[in-house]
Amino acid sequence: MKQEDIKEKENPQIFGKSISEFFETIAGLTFFALGFFKEVFLPPYEFAEIKKHIEDLGIKTLPIVTVTGFIIGLVLAMQSEPVLVRFGAGSFLPSMVSLSVVRELGPVLTALIFAGRVSSGIGAELSSMRVTEQIDAMEVSAVNPFRFLVVTRILACVIILPILTLYVNFLAVIGGFLAIFLSQGMHFKMYITTVFKSLEFTDFLPGLGKTLIFGFIVGIVGSYKGYNATNGTVGVGRASTSAVVMASLLILITDMVLVRITVMIWNS
Amino acid sequence: MVEVKNLTKRFEDHVVLDDISLDVKKGENAVVFGRSGTGKSVLLKCIVKLLIPESGEIIVDGNSIFDIKMKDLNELRKSIGFLFQGSALYDSMSVRENLEFPLIRNKKSMSAEERQEKVIKALQDVSLEDAINKMPDELSGGMKKRIGLARTIISEPKLILYDEPTTGLDPITVKEISQLINDLQKKLNVTSIVVTHDLLCAQIISERAVVLNEGKIIYDGGLDELTTSNDEFLKDFFTNENVQAKNRSVNGK
Repeated sequence: MKQEDIKEKENPQIFGKSISEFFETIAGLTFFALGFFKEVFLPPYEFAEIKKHIEDLGIKTLPIVTVTGFIIGLVLAMQSEPVLVRFGAGSFLPSMVSLSVVRELGPVLTALIFAGRVSSGIGAELSSMRVTEQIDAMEVSAVNPFRFLVVTRILACVIILPILTLYVNFLAVIGGFLAIFLSQGMHFKMYITTVFKSLEFTDFLPGLGKTLIFGFIVGIVGSYKGYNATNGTVGVGRASTSAVVMASLLILITDMVLVRITVMIWNS
Repeated sequence: MVEVKNLTKRFEDHVVLDDISLDVKKGENAVVFGRSGTGKSVLLKCIVKLLIPESGEIIVDGNSIFDIKMKDLNELRKSIGFLFQGSALYDSMSVRENLEFPLIRNKKSMSAEERQEKVIKALQDVSLEDAINKMPDELSGGMKKRIGLARTIISEPKLILYDEPTTGLDPITVKEISQLINDLQKKLNVTSIVVTHDLLCAQIISERAVVLNEGKIIYDGGLDELTTSNDEFLKDFFTNENVQAKNRSVNGK
């Protein structure tokens, strides 16, 4: 039989397998999330462990979000300026930069970077603990590994991501100022007054609300992939990579839904 | 102390344990032999309910572990020590934190001073008190096994399960670890089940041997009778083990 014929014969099976794997993952992730909500309110509360993860995740992500935040604002202002000037709306540049960053770009880009850095880290860490039997060792010593390893990491992600987003938003606004200052010579006081005049509390709320959900997605996907890893060291690599892909995809899909919902709520 | 009744465990179509029964009395040390993949580790994991079998019953210290509630199972687990094949030290924690971990969570009334004393005592028992502030990746294979052993005994278990305690170690360290396990067992008077395919380790630790092959127990009796058995499989198995042990010994020198 020719190679092409074999491929043709196998393809429907591969496709079918991928579909079933996809639904298995979604079901597994749903049960995993339910497990989180079941455990999160029960004592003992591992505050020290949550604090440790918050510090760890914050420090790990800070350098990259610092650079990203600044560049988002700078590039956004540089790209938008010629267009706005062409339509005689150059003075709206500070408002446009701040609104875009606070409502959409800040939360989504921070979440995607956070997913790349943290979801893979959690996936790798937990999967390596799984394959070296550390999770089993915890269970045998009568400690609930799900509560100690998973719940604490997810909570840390939910707490730290909104803080990082606020920081990115701030840096992006500063980056935007630099671009406008270099091209138009606008003073900082005038820039910041325009920014604050154009921003309302309702602009911050959907953005920050979203980051709580994005933080949960990053934590749950990384933990799910790592906690259920199999196949030794190969499984560690697979858990880490697939955690990033899945978390990023879920962030984008959730963002699409949340934007629709927030637009409906705010417009009405 | 441990009663295994008609236990069957399979992974998909592969039957790993096929209707096996085993009874280990209080204070007894039993060594479980068998080739790789015969279900020795699976048996240990079933005893602590890390794996759930298709059928059968396991009674540990009077509790049927598949019937009791999670809370009771955790209470029971506090009285069981498990030394994993790769030691399973928590690699984000220092040796001290690894040893303190079960104490902090399971013995909440214990003061920090008492905990410190227990950690030092456990490390003295395995002759590694200098490693207290080291991280697991700074330890050799033999040291990891010792620290794993210290973490296993620190909660003063009534039953200890050893999963290949000497695998991957040189013959001198095998002898040291086996001797250490033997000394600790005598000192703490615990029941133990040791899974191994190391004859030297078995000879030091125990007098009772159980041999697993293709999911079934094919021998349960004295270790001396086993090594002189006329059974073809057992003769073959122990000849190979002896040759391998000799080779390891020569290479080790």
